[in-house]
Amino acid sequence: MKRPPTSQPTTSSGATAREDGVFNRRHFLVGTATSAVLPLSFGTTGVREAVTDAALPTQVPSSSVALLVNGRTHRLILDNRTTLLDALREHLALTGTKKGCDHGQCGACTVHLDGEPILSCLTLVASVEGRAVTTIEGLAQADGALHPVQQAFIDHDAFQCGYCTPGQIMSAVACVEGDRAGSDAEIREYMSGNLCRCAAYPNIVAAIRAAKTEVRS
Amino acid sequence: MPLDSTLQGKRDFKVVGTRPLRPDGIDKVTGRAKFGADATAPGMLVGRILRSPHAHARIKKIDTSKAEKLPGVKAIVTREDLPDHTDGDALLYDVLYNIMAREKALYEGHAVAAVAAVDTRTAREALKLIKVDYEVLPHVTDVDEAMKPGAPILHSTIFTDGLEPKPKKPSNVVRRYEFGHGDVEAGFKKADIIVERTFKTEATHQGYIEPHACLANVGPDGQGELWVCTQGHFMVRDTCARLLGMDISKLRVTASEIGGGFGGKTTVFIEPVALALSRKANRPVKVVMSREEVFKASGPTASTSIDVKIGVTKDGRITAADATLRYQGGAFAGSPVEFGAMSAFACYDLENARTIGYDVVTNRPKQAAYRAPGAPMAAFAVESVIEELARKVGMEPIDFRMKNAAREGTRSSYGPTYGPIGLLATLEKAKQHPHFKAPLSPNQGRGMACGFWFNFGGQTCVSLNVNSDGTVALSVGTPDIGGSRASMCLMAAEELGIPYDKVRAIVADTSALGYNDVTDGSRTTFATGMATILAARDAIKKLTARAAQIWGISAEAVTWEKGYAKPAGSNAGNFPPMSIAEIAAQAGATGGPIAGHHEYSADGAGVSFATHICDAEVDPETGATKIVRYTVLQDAGKAVHPSYVEGQFQGGAVQGIGWALNEEYIYGKDGRLQNAGFLDYRIPVCSDLPMIDTVILEIPNPGHPYGVRGVGETSIVPPLAAIANAVSAAAGVRLTSLPMSPPRILAALDRKAAAE
Repeated sequence: MKRPPTSQPTTSSGATAREDGVFNRRHFLVGTATSAVLPLSFGTTGVREAVTDAALPTQVPSSSVALLVNGRTHRLILDNRTTLLDALREHLALTGTKKGCDHGQCGACTVHLDGEPILSCLTLVASVEGRAVTTIEGLAQADGALHPVQQAFIDHDAFQCGYCTPGQIMSAVACVEGDRAGSDAEIREYMSGNLCRCAAYPNIVAAIRAAKTEVRS
Repeated sequence: MPLDSTLQGKRDFKVVGTRPLRPDGIDKVTGRAKFGADATAPGMLVGRILRSPHAHARIKKIDTSKAEKLPGVKAIVTREDLPDHTDGDALLYDVLYNIMAREKALYEGHAVAAVAAVDTRTAREALKLIKVDYEVLPHVTDVDEAMKPGAPILHSTIFTDGLEPKPKKPSNVVRRYEFGHGDVEAGFKKADIIVERTFKTEATHQGYIEPHACLANVGPDGQGELWVCTQGHFMVRDTCARLLGMDISKLRVTASEIGGGFGGKTTVFIEPVALALSRKANRPVKVVMSREEVFKASGPTASTSIDVKIGVTKDGRITAADATLRYQGGAFAGSPVEFGAMSAFACYDLENARTIGYDVVTNRPKQAAYRAPGAPMAAFAVESVIEELARKVGMEPIDFRMKNAAREGTRSSYGPTYGPIGLLATLEKAKQHPHFKAPLSPNQGRGMACGFWFNFGGQTCVSLNVNSDGTVALSVGTPDIGGSRASMCLMAAEELGIPYDKVRAIVADTSALGYNDVTDGSRTTFATGMATILAARDAIKKLTARAAQIWGISAEAVTWEKGYAKPAGSNAGNFPPMSIAEIAAQAGATGGPIAGHHEYSADGAGVSFATHICDAEVDPETGATKIVRYTVLQDAGKAVHPSYVEGQFQGGAVQGIGWALNEEYIYGKDGRLQNAGFLDYRIPVCSDLPMIDTVILEIPNPGHPYGVRGVGETSIVPPLAAIANAVSAAAGVRLTSLPMSPPRILAALDRKAAAE
């Protein structure tokens, strides 16, 4: 089934915008899907179908968004309903931020917006245009030097499986930098929005306690 | 299996028992670690699953024609696309039926159809266009209701096994189990005091934060790849291949990093569906469960109803113990009641013991393993009665337990006679622990409980390759769910006599190793660890042979010490020690690559015991409970990486705290789950908890060269009972239903007030 190419780009092709903001449709999928076993890939955005192939059932209201993530501006054309979490994971390939519930109940998707922790699954990407988003990938220095909280999480073994860890660390950084780590009780209260089913909580508290000293010194 | 267990206790460990940093640490704090949902493939489609809104319904017709016409939809699968290849294997047929409903939908959330489309929104839209014609049937979700005559019957094919004569009418009771020895009726006649109680526990979920996720990719030649978060990728491969009628060799499965499992990722749910979609669409398909799907359509644990009757003499000796356990395990056979019945009295030295278990089906999702499956509920019931009996005979509960505790030589209530075990050691240590004598404040109570778990060995295959620079690449086939890669590196380093950081362990994909059982049964550090040790010894044999070859002496004249080959004595020759790196560098010239490997069915997993102490504070106004102090004492055999052992102790205790106080599956009259989200299904958060103190005891397991016992599961066995005993002491009334949520506690306080 063919539909006339729409002048308004849609999600099926939205992730392919060039950084200069010029929309760029991709058509290179044809043929690759027929090889027996395709390699899995990481660190690149999952390539979507060209819009002429996808031919979406409904016209989806979309917007062009300039998203400032980890110090870099990305121009994306996205369905207006796209959450910041999905934009990060599916359109910018920043999969360090995790989806645990998509309802703001687990904290795994915590990122920073202008330095404050937010739940990226409850934040529409259109609402953060021009504001500074920091994800777990943007916490370390360019040379790989870890943020003191990241190092403290390793040193104190503050995780078992590591899935909630990016969210825990983003909250922990805010806890330490926002001077909310005055006592163990205060740390526990501040961190109570981040679920850890492995229950590495004692080590998370210890890591934050240690990182606080490190950050202050 | 010949093991140098004689070395136990004497061995001077160099790296085992230390606490090095984990090899996956940097990846996990920088977001670089790749979990189930983090993979992509060119041309990837999004798969979504249509699920039954009804608890029990006949599926008369599925019309996918409208959905198929929706632009962007690339494949739709229903039961028609998953024909029965199970060849009379009833267990596998249940798996097939569970991953895609056949004649009936058996629970709310049961998969009915699936779509692969170009994006999530199109897939979701397509699901709405699939028309399913249901004939809604009466349903049952409660275990006791399901056993009653006249209850809605789920399967016309279930006739209770284990009854004589075999029933002629179908029922929801799959099987009756019985364990024990002696004569319980005679034993009760000798008793001075008998306590008999009935307990109920609600179903809980493992609650791993990572939802099930996989990326399937099947080509037109029938070869496939699957990337998946699972506790056992070999199990996934074999199960999926059989369900889809593929040769096992044509499916290669890679285990991603896994964001928690706790038993819940020991079977398949979305994986065969993703493969079927990919095969039909001829494109890669990613399927990720939503949190609601995880609650409704993965494998929570059983809800239970348990009767316990125990008799004692005036001086505190148990004369007989009897229990009847009824566990519903969801819509298919296989609740963990067998483990519940086997483990119920495992902590005690009993002359007369009997447990009867009933495996019951209901209109709920099929249960999966959850950390020591079946045991925590049984321990809750038994340890509650034990505590009550101790008070009745006027003994301290810890002394009562010590008097009746199982020890080496005790015939266990489930059959085998125990070898060296650590139960008494944990009790003695508990008695000396400062927690035991700490003062309590008003509205606080102290409880304790013991717990047991079998532990498991299982099929295991490990490959250890010595690299040309003398470092070591270790391939294991058991996904790392709690730090096992570090533990494997420690054991390989210990054997080879090289530093920990010279060994790198990976979880190899299914094409690289022989079959490995799932990471479950607390088996990995034990079984994969032992295979690693034996693979290292195999490599050492080859290393010493190469050194002998280079020196021109007999292989028997060379020994291995601290990473070096050495002549065994002065008469073997006078050669300077040759390092692993020096031998490895010459491997090409001395016979090729040097590798050790080991494959076996591991036997000898040592049982493990724990004692927990809990202080709880109950607010009589609100019924809210706070755990104010908690201590875990457990036998680890040998703690390979003590930090991870402590982590397992704490993790099990905290999951037990959630189970005891808050967590429960709440079903409406319509048979639908009412709390399928973390807001209404509340797991413990940081501010709910005190420090969980841990004490590791090491009573070596004779079945492992270092004495290792599994530790991951035993830690969730005592908490339900320890907390119930603490809350009951604080409230002044016995709590017999879990969770002990505020409404239940207030009702108990009201009952107490009315009785006074």
